Amino acid sequence: MRYLPLSEADRRAMLDAVGVSGIDALFADVPAAGRLQQPLDLPSHAGELEVEGRLSALALKNLAAGCAPFFIGAGAYRHHVPAAVDALIQRGEFLTSYTPYQPEVSQGTLQYLFEFQTQVALITDMEVANASMYDAATATAEAAAMACRITKRKAILLSGDLHPHYRSVAATALQYTGLEVEALPPDPLGMEDLLGRIDHQTACVVVQNPGFFGSLKDFTALAQACHAVGALLVAAVAEPVSLGLIKPPGAMGADIVVAEGQSIGNGLNFGGPGLGLFATRDKYVRQMPGRLVGQTVDSEGRRGWVLTLSTREQHIRRDKATSNICTNSGLCALAFSIHLALLGEEGLRRLARLNHAKAVSLAEKLAQVNGVKVLSPTFFNEFAVALSKPAAEVVEALAGHGILAGVPVSRFYPSYPELAPVLLLAATETNSEADMDRLVAALKEVL
Amino acid sequence: MQESSSRGLVLEQPLIFEQDTPGQCGVDLPEPPPVIDRLGGLERREPIGLPGLAEPTVVRHYTRLSQKNYGIDTVFYPLGSCTMKHNPRFNEKMARLSGLADIHPLQPESTVQGALELIDLTAHWLKTLTGMPAVAMSPAAGAHGEFCGLMAIRAALDDRGESRLRVLVPDSAHGTNPASAAACGFTVDPIPATSRGRVDLAAMKAKLGGDVAAVMLTNPNTCGLFEDQVMEIAEAIHRAGGYFYCDGANYNAIVGRVRVADLGVDAMHINLHKTFSTPHGGGGPGAGPTVLSAALAPFAPLPAVLHDGKGFRLIEHAAQSDGKPCGRLKGFHGQFGVFVRALAYMMSMGGDGLRQAAEDAVLNANYLLSELSADLTPSFAGPCMHEALFDDRFLKDSGVTTLDFAKALIDEGYHPMTMYFPLVVHGALLMEPTETESKATLDGFIATLRRLARQAKAGDAAAFRAAPQRTPRRRLDETTAARLPILRWTPPG
Repeated sequence: MRYLPLSEADRRAMLDAVGVSGIDALFADVPAAGRLQQPLDLPSHAGELEVEGRLSALALKNLAAGCAPFFIGAGAYRHHVPAAVDALIQRGEFLTSYTPYQPEVSQGTLQYLFEFQTQVALITDMEVANASMYDAATATAEAAAMACRITKRKAILLSGDLHPHYRSVAATALQYTGLEVEALPPDPLGMEDLLGRIDHQTACVVVQNPGFFGSLKDFTALAQACHAVGALLVAAVAEPVSLGLIKPPGAMGADIVVAEGQSIGNGLNFGGPGLGLFATRDKYVRQMPGRLVGQTVDSEGRRGWVLTLSTREQHIRRDKATSNICTNSGLCALAFSIHLALLGEEGLRRLARLNHAKAVSLAEKLAQVNGVKVLSPTFFNEFAVALSKPAAEVVEALAGHGILAGVPVSRFYPSYPELAPVLLLAATETNSEADMDRLVAALKEVL
Repeated sequence: MQESSSRGLVLEQPLIFEQDTPGQCGVDLPEPPPVIDRLGGLERREPIGLPGLAEPTVVRHYTRLSQKNYGIDTVFYPLGSCTMKHNPRFNEKMARLSGLADIHPLQPESTVQGALELIDLTAHWLKTLTGMPAVAMSPAAGAHGEFCGLMAIRAALDDRGESRLRVLVPDSAHGTNPASAAACGFTVDPIPATSRGRVDLAAMKAKLGGDVAAVMLTNPNTCGLFEDQVMEIAEAIHRAGGYFYCDGANYNAIVGRVRVADLGVDAMHINLHKTFSTPHGGGGPGAGPTVLSAALAPFAPLPAVLHDGKGFRLIEHAAQSDGKPCGRLKGFHGQFGVFVRALAYMMSMGGDGLRQAAEDAVLNANYLLSELSADLTPSFAGPCMHEALFDDRFLKDSGVTTLDFAKALIDEGYHPMTMYFPLVVHGALLMEPTETESKATLDGFIATLRRLARQAKAGDAAAFRAAPQRTPRRRLDETTAARLPILRWTPPG
C-alpha cells in the first residue's frame, strides 16, 4: 500500500517498544460490541492505473462543458483560468499546509490571505474583507445574522432577485435562531418594492447585483432608506467578474457584501467547492464571521502577518462566537487571488467588457428567434428570456443536440408555473460566435 | 532602485500592490468588440486599485511566498486533531479530469450521470464504513457537518412535537461543537472529564432530562482516547429521549475497525480532509458529509442523489422527497471536487488499506507516547488512539512554556504539535503523527524532543524564548495586531 511507509518489521519493533503483543491490544478500549468482526464489503486496495480507469469511466458519462456550446450560469460561471493559477496552487507548501496558526512558518499563506482580503475589499469597494467563507450562499446567511447582531433587530428581508440557493440557505440556517426571514416572491421583471417594506423593525435587506434574473440595479436609494431607519443593506454578487465593469456595491452604500468567488480562478467542479467572499465596513469588523489576517511586526521589527481578532471565533469564544466556521476555502481563495493578480486593473476591466460584449451579442441573436423574448432590460453576462415552450423541455431537447443551453428557472422554482417559460443564459469569454449560432439554429428547430 | 533585502534562500517578498506597474497585465485577452451596452448607466467609473503585473512577476511572487510555509510535503507536521497525513497527488490528478472538473452543477441530469454516480458511490463507501443507513453529502467542512447533524436533530424533535433546547458538550470538545449548537438555537451545557480523560458518565447522567436534545461526543476524544463507556453514554441519552451526535474529527483512528453505527451514534460528520487525505490547502476547502441514523435520515438536508431504476436523479425540493428535509445548507450539491479526491483515496486504499491506515496511525501515536513518556509528561495512561497528549508538567520550574517549547521545535525543522488544546489539561501538547510517517521520521522526532526536554530542564529558558530563529520571521506581535488592526493594504500617503 503505497501511502503507508511502515514495514512489517517496523510494526513489530514498534509494538515491542510499546510493550504489547499485537495491534488489537491498542484498541482494547473499544467495547467488544463495537469491534468489527469481519471485513467490510468493500473492494481491496488498488493501484493508480486501476483507480484511474474506474474514475475515468465515470468522467466519460458526463458531458463536459468544454465539449459543448455552453451557456449555463445561475451562480457558477465558466471562465478561462490561466495555467499558472493551477500550477501555483499545487505547490506543496500551499496545498499541504494547515490553517496558519503558527505564523512564523506560515507567512506565505498569511501574506496571500492579506493580499486576498485587500483584493476583495477593492473590487467590492468596501473597507475590509475576511479570509473567505464556504460559498456565497452560506456567506449570505452569515451576513444576515451579522446584520441582526449589529442592529439588535430580527427582521431580515430577502429580495426575489437574490439567488434562490442563497435564499434557501439563509432561511434554513437561521430558522432556529429566533430571527425572522421574509423571502419575497421571485422577481424576474424587477418589479418588487423593497423601499416600501422597510421600517424600524428591519435588520437588513438582502439584494443581489447583477440580479439572479440578470438585470442591474442601483441600490443607492435603498441603502439610504435602510440607513434612515437604522437597517443595513446586504448586497450579494454571484458573478464577481461583473465588478470590473459595473458600479460596486460599496459605492452604492452597502454595509455588508457577500460574493461567490468561484468564477475567478476556480473551475466549475459540479458546484463545489465554492468560495465565499465577505466584506464590510471597518466599524463592523468585530461582528464579522471567519478568519482575518492582520499586519504586524516580528520581534526584530520586520513586517509580517498573523491571524487576528480571534476572540470573535469558535476556538476562543466557543458558543459565544460570531460563527461556527473553522475550515473555510483557503486554497480557492489562493486561486482567486492569483487569477486576479494576473488580471490586474486592466485585465479585470477587459475581461468584464468581453463578457458583456458576448452576452449582448447572444441576446441580440436570440431576440431574432421566434418564440424567444429577452426579459432583462439591463444585464452583465447573463439574462433571462421567456420561451414559447417550457424552458425545462427546451433545455432537455437542446442537450439532445449536444448543447448546454442554460438553466430553466423552474429548476429552482417548480411551484411557480408562470416561471416555466423562463430560461437563464450566460455568456463568457469562453463562448465563440459559432457556439451562439449553433444555439440559435438548434433553438429554431426545437421551438 | 531599492536594494533587495533577500539573502540566499531567505527571501523577502513585497506585497503584489507594491509591485504594481500600471497598465501591465498577466493575461492576454482580445479587445472586446464594440457593442451598444446594456448596463443602464451603471458603469464602474472610479479606478478599482488592482496592481498590474506580468505573468513572470506573478509566478515568482507566489512561488516565493510558498517557500515561507511549512507543509506536509516538506516537514513532519504532527498537529494534533488536524490529521496532517500525506495528500496524494493522484487525487489531484483525478479531480482535474475534464469530465469531473469541467461540469456545471445545473446541467441537465442526463448529462451528469457520472457525477451523480460518483456522489452516490462516495456515499456508499461512507455508509458502509460507518454502518449508517444515510449520509448528507452537502456540508462543506466539519463545523458545517455538526450544524447539519444538529439541524436534523432539531427537525426530528420538532417532528416529535418536543421542545428540547439543551445540548451536552464535554469540556474537551472542539470549539466548533458549542458554536454549532448555539447556531442551531441550543444552549450548551458542559460535561466535565474524569481523571482518566474521558467523559464523566455519572455527571452526564445527572444532567439528562426532558429538555436535553443531544450529547455531542468526540470519539476518539480530543485527548486521543477512546471513550470506553460510549455504549453507556449512547444508551443513557437514548433512554432520556435525546440523540447522540459524534464529532467525527478523529474518525481516522477507527475507520475500518469500528462502525460507529455499532456504538449507537445518530449523526457524525466525517472530515474528508482528515480521514480521507484531501488537502487542507492552508485552511480549506474541506468537506463534512454527515452520516445519519434511521431516526434522523428523513430530516437530512437537500439535495439528495437517488437511483430510480433508470438513472441517477437529484432531489432538490422537499416536494420531490420522501422525507422531511431540514432545508438546504449550501449552494448546489456539496464539495464535489473534494468527493473526487476522497473517493480516489478510498479506492486506492480499499477496505483493507483503510483499516491498516487506522492501525498504523494508532501504532505511530502509541510509539510516540511510549518513547516520550520518560522525558515528557503524558496526561493519561495509554494506550492512546491516533494522537498522544502531553501536558507541561515536565516544564515545571524551567521557565519554558508550552509555547516556547513548540516554537523551539520549528527551528529543528518540525511543525509544532497542537498547543493548549484540549483545554482539560494544563499547557497541552497534542501530537498526531498519522499513518503516513515512517519509523525513521518518528525516531528523529523523538530524539529531538528528548534533547529539547533535557535542554529545557537544564535551565536554558532564554534559548527557548528566543525561538524560532531560523524562520522568515521571528515571533510576531499578535497583541498589537489585534489592538490596532491593519487588515488590508492601503496606498502610501
